[in-house]
Amino acid sequence: MAAAERTAKIGRLERTAITGVLVREVVNFSSYWRAATFSSTVEPTIYLLAFGFGFGSLVSTINGYSYVEFVGTGTVATAVLFSSAFAAMFGTFVKYQFQHTYDAILAAPVDTEELVTAESIWIAVRAGVYGCVPMIVAIFFGLDPSWGMLTVPFIAFLTGLGWANFGIMTAGYAKAIENFNYIVSAVLTPLFLLAGTFFPLDGLPRWLQVIAEANPLHQCVELVRAAVLYGFEWNDLLRVGVLVVFALLMWRLAIHAMERKLID
Amino acid sequence: MTNELAIRLRGAVKRYGPITAVDGLDLDVPVGTCVGLLGPNGAGKSTTMRMLTAQAIADEGELEVLGYRLPQDSKQARAQCGVVPQLDNLDVSLTVEQNLLVFTHLYRIGRHDRQAAIERSLELANLTDRRDTRVDKLSGGMRRRLLIARALVHQPRLVLMDEPTVGLDPQVRQQLWALIDRLRHEGTTILMSTHYIEEAERLADTVLIMSHGVGVARGKPADLVLEHAGREVLEVYGPPKRLAEVESEATASRLKTRRTGTSVSILGLDGRDGLGFDGERRQATLEDVFVLLTGEEIA
Repeated sequence: MAAAERTAKIGRLERTAITGVLVREVVNFSSYWRAATFSSTVEPTIYLLAFGFGFGSLVSTINGYSYVEFVGTGTVATAVLFSSAFAAMFGTFVKYQFQHTYDAILAAPVDTEELVTAESIWIAVRAGVYGCVPMIVAIFFGLDPSWGMLTVPFIAFLTGLGWANFGIMTAGYAKAIENFNYIVSAVLTPLFLLAGTFFPLDGLPRWLQVIAEANPLHQCVELVRAAVLYGFEWNDLLRVGVLVVFALLMWRLAIHAMERKLID
Repeated sequence: MTNELAIRLRGAVKRYGPITAVDGLDLDVPVGTCVGLLGPNGAGKSTTMRMLTAQAIADEGELEVLGYRLPQDSKQARAQCGVVPQLDNLDVSLTVEQNLLVFTHLYRIGRHDRQAAIERSLELANLTDRRDTRVDKLSGGMRRRLLIARALVHQPRLVLMDEPTVGLDPQVRQQLWALIDRLRHEGTTILMSTHYIEEAERLADTVLIMSHGVGVARGKPADLVLEHAGREVLEVYGPPKRLAEVESEATASRLKTRRTGTSVSILGLDGRDGLGFDGERRQATLEDVFVLLTGEEIA
């Protein structure tokens, strides 16, 4: 047919394709936002309250900051992890295994690369918003508002982007939903505890501290504390760099995993 | 002339490990026609459908859809194709209209044309008064109609339908046939896979019968019947032993037979006597051809 000349060549990572997938997510969100907001808000709040009051009665200050300030900033990373990695793992698996949503999307002019990109951006935006919840709750318990807080959604977004792609990758490589247990127990729980959210890492053995420096969640915790409590320093750029590298690496791996899964 | 073909496959091969799902398939779908891909389960119909949207990448062969080479230019082809999947993949917590709205975006319909496209699809699928109903509140037939409406929202030049009426009751199937027939008459090019013979007979201009990943016969349904099963068939009933005798005698007289469950059909009798067997004479059908060519055993 002469059609080949009529339509311009369509490239990779097109904005229209990514927008199309995002529109689907936004329209769907209107039907489940209450549940998503509830879990993303209540969970970190419980952590904040449990640790804040539990430990807060034993620990008066850490490095000169009250325990509410310390945990209220640290649990931003917890909220980001819950609303990105977990949402991406389960959401992706359900969409391809049970709802066959991705079959419908890939039959349209959308490639796997665009699909994964759009899905991870959407999850990261949510993580950027929900990530701020613990901080906002902490304000009611004595965390002082500051201008630096305005950068927290962006830190949460960047961290969420990496973890969203991590979740999509996990779902792509997993053969069954039960296999998520391995990832949660062996990867997410240790990194969650090794983030410096609830206790400072200075007391840990040196080798654990080295691992922690490569932990994107720890970088998120430190960046949020810099934004809210200490003010930014030059080495925070390095932390941003770690998050950028993490997001890029996970993005490509997620695309690879999903291409294997979705294209025969 | 390849210029007039909406789909052109030459020697398409698709393997899954040791299994060859499609084994050197040639397929032509001329513009403005409805082609039926007929075959038993496992013949390679769904794999062929997936190859046409590059959701399965052929290991060998030439594939062209709307003049675009696959898989490299598949995205351009997909932009002008509508796909009705075998498995329902609607967003069940959204309304009918929201499902269509999402697809106006996925198929890149401009902002000013979206609402008109949605209205046209709703009207076509007779779902206008259900626009605000959530999909999980629709009946099975309505969901199928919505799947078709969704595939048509961008007025595609080619529609791919993978078993569009599988698992539906006869009334709903007839509704869908009417809808598909309407598209045909409006000049939409359709490739439809099915294992319902009646469906292919009623809707398809030409049929390709598939078995074990290759095409074993192609042509107009009526021509295929005449060529492979003749005009008249004698259906002989009896106990299994009797049926086996009928088969061997017919074969000895160079007549083709097929099992029909409780009977044996002697094909292509066309006015001759029935080798002395008593039975019911009837017209040959596409089902005779189908069973003859794709085998009686189910793998």
